[in-house]
Amino acid sequence: MNDLDDLYREIILDHYKNPRNQGVLEGPTVHAQEGFNPLCGDEVTIYAQVEDDVVVDIKITGQGCSISRSSASLMSQAVKGKSIDEVKATVSRFKRMIAVEESEGEPEEVDLRVIGELAALQGVVKFPVRIKCATLPWNTLMIALEDAQAR
Amino acid sequence: MASVEVTDQIDKLRSDFPIFADIRASRPFYYLDSAASSQHPAVVIDAMDRYYRHSHANVHRGVYGLAEEATGIYENARKHLGRFIGANDPSHEIVFTKNATEALNLVAQGLGRVLLTSESHVLLTEMEHHANLVPWMILQEQLGFTIEYLPFDAEGLLVLDDLDAMLERASILGVTLMSNVLGTLNPVAMLSERAHQHDVLVVADGAQFVPHFATDVSELGVDCLAITAHKMLAPTGIGALWARAEILDRMQPFLGGGEMISDVRLDGFTANEIPHKFEAGTPPIAEAAGWDAALGYLEKVGMATISAHDRSLTNYAMIQLQERLDDRITIFGPPDVTKRGGVISFELADVHPHDVAQVLDQHGVCVRAGHHCAKPLMRQLGVGATARASFYLYNDEQDVDALVDALLDAYRLFHD
Repeated sequence: MNDLDDLYREIILDHYKNPRNQGVLEGPTVHAQEGFNPLCGDEVTIYAQVEDDVVVDIKITGQGCSISRSSASLMSQAVKGKSIDEVKATVSRFKRMIAVEESEGEPEEVDLRVIGELAALQGVVKFPVRIKCATLPWNTLMIALEDAQAR
Repeated sequence: MASVEVTDQIDKLRSDFPIFADIRASRPFYYLDSAASSQHPAVVIDAMDRYYRHSHANVHRGVYGLAEEATGIYENARKHLGRFIGANDPSHEIVFTKNATEALNLVAQGLGRVLLTSESHVLLTEMEHHANLVPWMILQEQLGFTIEYLPFDAEGLLVLDDLDAMLERASILGVTLMSNVLGTLNPVAMLSERAHQHDVLVVADGAQFVPHFATDVSELGVDCLAITAHKMLAPTGIGALWARAEILDRMQPFLGGGEMISDVRLDGFTANEIPHKFEAGTPPIAEAAGWDAALGYLEKVGMATISAHDRSLTNYAMIQLQERLDDRITIFGPPDVTKRGGVISFELADVHPHDVAQVLDQHGVCVRAGHHCAKPLMRQLGVGATARASFYLYNDEQDVDALVDALLDAYRLFHD
């Protein structure tokens, strides 16, 4: 059961049971974006409040499995208060960690001190089907931020 | 409970399926996902192997002996399938397709386009698989007709209070014989009778039902029936549409190409006779040979034996799930096992189905998790996804026990 313990680390279960930054944001600087995983029916909506290229607040609603929900929760903590450029760098590091950056074949050694609690999601690498669960909120956030930058 | 005879027979027949011996040799393996795709007995694999080694050529083209042999194999499979479902004219009323989905698309495009206008109504049910929803929605975009839906109740049974009024407006009724999520067995013989009183044609989705129950299209009274091979011990890549000959004659061709024509000129074409006018291009010949063998295997075991086994196992599973998991589990669909087939969708309290399936996999228990290609149904149930266990002739009570043990483990992992 080692792989499974690796997937369902304590941090993951904690963020699944007590997700951070849940809720809805409204206002002219809020960019809302829905994301779906057609494979399993997971749904997420990201509300990113962007002011002067900084994600000043983020809220999340939706339903999904422990991996997608905890990934969204961990993501919200990791990006809140960061500039869009810093967020992009975090997304890139996260994706490299779970080997979904297109140019990368193998998961990369990522400095765990930089990535922090997000490292808890590393176990997902061994479960290829679940990678989409983990990346759903991140891809959704990126669309919201592109929308913010386009305006 | 299962009769001793049936149980005995099941024990013996599992050894006919190479995958069980093969995988079980290295790890636990409890396959509870036959509603998604079933496993294959050696006779099916051998039939395909024999075809490729000894009989392969293209069908309906060559005059040489080998081509005739291949054509014979392919056409025999057609006739066998026709007899298997009680078709009046087996050699003309079976159209081979890629799967049940393609068969339903063929009906929508082939029959729907002939029959429907912007004023028409198509009546479907809220428990249909996407395969019996989206083809009609695509046609709706082309023609602009109205789609209505028969709802279902809290037990997963169709609500028929407004049936006659809905049928009065409709030209086509599309209904599944058995829900792939709820397991519900719909009263299709009765629905067909009522539909015909209103001159409504009935298009039945038989993907889940035909593999598990003796099927007679005359008794069901339906006009079209979509079937898939890979849920009934046969290979992927082949399915079929059965329709009465006069309906197939009325239908327009859907896919164009070789084989489906009797003449092509630069200013147009003349369609071939049925069923060939719907079979464009080289068909899945080896798959037809495999399906033929699977039908023979199912007949040898007996469809009545299979239905009885499914039911006793479903009954055992419902009792075990409720007794051992109690209020930690919600089971969807009819509580009465005589109203459902061997499919159980459920929700484990506060554990997402995806996580359930992941933990179960560690125990060697294979179940499906997700929306089961029935998103409108999921919305009616008020869930995003369910986990689903489904049974077939090679499953036994040990599979159910392993399922329940694994579910208890999944529950503990997420609640401790």
